[in-house]
Amino acid sequence: MNSNAQVASFASSSEISPDALRRHGIRDTVLRNATRSAALTVLLLLGGVIISLIHGSLPAFKAFGFGFFVTETWNPVTEKFGALAPIYGTVVTSLIAMLIGIPISMGVAIFITELCPRWLKRPISTAIELLAGIPSIIYGIWGLFVLSPFLQKYVQPLLIELFSGVPVLSGMFAGPPYGIGVFTAGIILSIMVLPYITSVTRDVFETVPAVLKESAYGLGCTTWEVVSRVVLPYTRAGVIGGIMLGLGRALGETMAVTFVIGNSHRIAASILAPGTTISANIANEFTEADGELYTSSLIAQGLILFLITFIVLAAARLLLLRLDMQTGKKA
Amino acid sequence: MNMNLAIYRRRRIFNRAIMLLSWFAAVSGIFVLTLILGTLLYKGFGGLSWKVFSETTPPPGSDGGLLNAIYGSVVMTVLGTVIGTPIGMLAGTYMAEYGRGSKLTLLVRFINDILLSAPSIVVGLFVYEIMVVGMKHFSAWAGGVSLAFLVLPVVVRTTEDMLLLVPDSMREASAALGSPRWIVIMKVAYRAARAGMITGVLLAVARITGETAPLLFTALNNQFMSTNMNAPMANLPVVIFQFALSPYVDWQKLAWTGALLITITVLALNIGARALTSSRSKQS
Repeated sequence: MNSNAQVASFASSSEISPDALRRHGIRDTVLRNATRSAALTVLLLLGGVIISLIHGSLPAFKAFGFGFFVTETWNPVTEKFGALAPIYGTVVTSLIAMLIGIPISMGVAIFITELCPRWLKRPISTAIELLAGIPSIIYGIWGLFVLSPFLQKYVQPLLIELFSGVPVLSGMFAGPPYGIGVFTAGIILSIMVLPYITSVTRDVFETVPAVLKESAYGLGCTTWEVVSRVVLPYTRAGVIGGIMLGLGRALGETMAVTFVIGNSHRIAASILAPGTTISANIANEFTEADGELYTSSLIAQGLILFLITFIVLAAARLLLLRLDMQTGKKA
Repeated sequence: MNMNLAIYRRRRIFNRAIMLLSWFAAVSGIFVLTLILGTLLYKGFGGLSWKVFSETTPPPGSDGGLLNAIYGSVVMTVLGTVIGTPIGMLAGTYMAEYGRGSKLTLLVRFINDILLSAPSIVVGLFVYEIMVVGMKHFSAWAGGVSLAFLVLPVVVRTTEDMLLLVPDSMREASAALGSPRWIVIMKVAYRAARAGMITGVLLAVARITGETAPLLFTALNNQFMSTNMNAPMANLPVVIFQFALSPYVDWQKLAWTGALLITITVLALNIGARALTSSRSKQS
């Protein structure tokens, strides 16, 4: 109310001095330029991150060349560094997370949009969105003290025994059950990405026009047929976008993984064995890294991680953007 | 009408099975997530006492609290918010007001959305490169700045969204009365979008409250109470990380308590932010 009165009194004074006009012109220019430079800061931030990472990783790339990507050795004493083990760990943990996380997230999203009683819809959605905000260190500490011992005692021995005769799988699930390791990290990640993927998927499921679904139901489709033949094709881009958003998080996730991965620079055939990921490796060793080459090798991994996640997240955003435009046009 | 009952039955059974799986997914997902919160409450409340707030982090084997870590977390969170919020709000203002629909806006929005979920450890490396290397030592300043870089995208996003929700007729009415652009923005658009913009700041604070990775090699950690912004400073997330991975039971207990404090803070901020926007949307 107050502001309207101010504006009105300002406008109704019939005599506006040229001085006042100029003053307002200046203020307008100042605000315009201030907001513009702030917007440019966002771009600068991205540019700064990329440039500083490239600068920091130059010594490592100069010393090891392309070999940096394909060498497993990580020896601070002899200063021989290769990023293969962390890259492998990052990819495998994220893969496990997606294998477990995607079906469950889809299930939860289908449950919320199609099966859930109306009164339960909001509480469940809210709970899932709140859980997306829980810091990763909480998942990490839980993974270390609750999940790892549980997996070590009950799940891993079972898996080892179950697959012991099967050709490929026996190698994947072999060795002593440590509790911590690549497998545990993957499971923690799948729990972490669950809220992200679910909330995006639910959002895009909600964009399907009711008429489309009702027509399908009217033709006698079962719920599953409506979901698989109407809802999913309609929202494909958005669902893939949501999955890639989750993948981007999983690839770059640091603390939850660092607690349970075991930090070992070996690529083991068994996914139950300890391993490392790029982010866990940096988190564990960066402050202890002495010598330019050591630090630089860690920063180089940061650069690799940033580029991978950038591509994944950019693809996710483009897909979601396309969906926005599609529904925007229809609305 | 002739219906093939065998096919019909098969479809129904298949549907039942899938829906059962969907129920199972929902129940197990929610079960695991409540289990995490339950463990946290159980283990965290056990260690909660006045000592946590009145004593500093102990050496292994003796009594202590988390005072220095709580202090450091608060200081660096405030610093990050104070630096990140104004820049973010101005950038969001540009995108929604001066540069609406411009190429720069589209580019900034795209990049900002990526930064929103980019790995925070990379931000830590960046700040290490530009501040810690230059100053030659870890510092609370560097910690605050790295948090500011995480606040920025959240605030940019919500400010733009909230300003875009303000009806243009309000801006036009104000402009028709002869107000210059800056008055339209500051006194009309900002006022209308205020609740939403505050929500954005709350969400940003919630986001950085538990951030660990960027602090690991910017603020580092400090066993003692320190108010020197130019020196390493203790903070809750890094203390939790260190204590949880230690072999000492007292330290692990304190880690759980710290984790509980962080979770309560984050949940309170998120719920507060929600309450703010939902009461707002009921009004309009």
